[in-house]
Amino acid sequence: MARAIRVYKTPAIVLRQRKLGDADKIITLYSANYGKIDAVAKGVRRPRSRLAGHVEPLSHATYLLARGRNLDIITQAETIESFQALRDDLDRLGPALYAAELLDRFTELRSENFALYRLLLDAMRRLASGGDIGAPLRFYEMALLDALGFRPELRACVTCRSRLEPVTNYWSPPAGGVVCPSCLSGETSVRPLSVSALKVLRALQDGPYAEAARIAVGPDLAERLERAMRDYVRFVLEQDVRSAAFMDAVRRSARRAAVAGRPASPTEDS
Amino acid sequence: MNEPLAAAAAPVARLIDEFHKLPGIGPKSAQRLTYYLLRQPPEAARALAQAIAELKERTVLCSQCQNVTEDDPCGVCRDERRDHSVICVVEEPLDVLAIERTRGFHGLYHVLHGVIAPMDGVGPEQLKVRELLDRVKAGGVTEVIMATNPNLEGEATALYVGRLLEPLGVKVTRLARGLPMGADLEYADDVTLARALEHRQEV
Repeated sequence: MARAIRVYKTPAIVLRQRKLGDADKIITLYSANYGKIDAVAKGVRRPRSRLAGHVEPLSHATYLLARGRNLDIITQAETIESFQALRDDLDRLGPALYAAELLDRFTELRSENFALYRLLLDAMRRLASGGDIGAPLRFYEMALLDALGFRPELRACVTCRSRLEPVTNYWSPPAGGVVCPSCLSGETSVRPLSVSALKVLRALQDGPYAEAARIAVGPDLAERLERAMRDYVRFVLEQDVRSAAFMDAVRRSARRAAVAGRPASPTEDS
Repeated sequence: MNEPLAAAAAPVARLIDEFHKLPGIGPKSAQRLTYYLLRQPPEAARALAQAIAELKERTVLCSQCQNVTEDDPCGVCRDERRDHSVICVVEEPLDVLAIERTRGFHGLYHVLHGVIAPMDGVGPEQLKVRELLDRVKAGGVTEVIMATNPNLEGEATALYVGRLLEPLGVKVTRLARGLPMGADLEYADDVTLARALEHRQEV
């Protein structure tokens, strides 16, 4: 009988954590070599814990894990990237947490998939680099759906299979992609999808990222793309992504701050 | 816990059940506590029962700082010797005690009763953020110290509340981050070490 390996090492990204007992936490990792892992980080809620700083959500580190009876135990960690840029910027933190939450909700424990690990890491790096937020997030959503077998159909109408014409078509998550205007009757929960929106979605699906990110997307189109992708993800997951609510709250606060920052109009004060 | 304890009398089983609901109390501890109380004089049991009952009946949240208190406003908010222009924002009532123990802070507090946890679905509307904004808007406050925990959720909360406070014209500060007493540099995480360097002080 081969001796079981007691400890193993893998780079991983912390998706989330929850409290366990008095001083411990259960850390959900997405690892490069073993897929999603739940592991215990002992004593991380004590102030002098050596591990605490390495197991915060969105940390990218190399972890040494020991096989436990039930859950494995994180024994050592060395940070590769702390992604501080994401933590320090409210407008990037929400999207990054959303990306992490998606991977958590879409995957089962212990099912190795290096491509997914890579996708999240790329998305986090792009978000942290300080550029546009929409493109990295939309590309990530599209690539994730693709990798998991939920690739939306963007070339032909999902109902009649005919090629989509350059007119306003319709986005239908339940149907699995785009519906042409002539097949529209009977379709529920659809949204109009403009020619330019479809163009961007196709570029995101075809990749590479650099290519898709080059397309200029105004704020209005960006919002419609976000809504379309979020609807699709929600339909496939059959549940809400909680971090999305946080992203929206942050955006509202930014708008409110922008309004308040303007020279106050005398009528405003009542 | 669902199996009825045939050997235990109904009142005993009921108390065991109640203890078991408390955090960190397993079935064995619940039994031990129950039988301990059973052996104590009746006054001891009654004192405990009364203390538990009064916990909910005689406490309210301070209308100003939202801390748990017997009188509203609480002792800290009423204290004229304290600096009413500085508010220290904390996550939980226990954090107020921790900061008070340092004897280094003489302003007022504001308890949020939680922290924004995006992935657990806890948003700002579930916290006492509105109340804080109202306090600051009422005037007289020059500085708000964000003393939420130095983890992802605490930081997110500090940033978010900071953004809401900014247009109100108050100074918003954050507790410094650095190395804890008795720590080892070798084991410090990069972020803490970087912050400690950034905010270094002359000896």
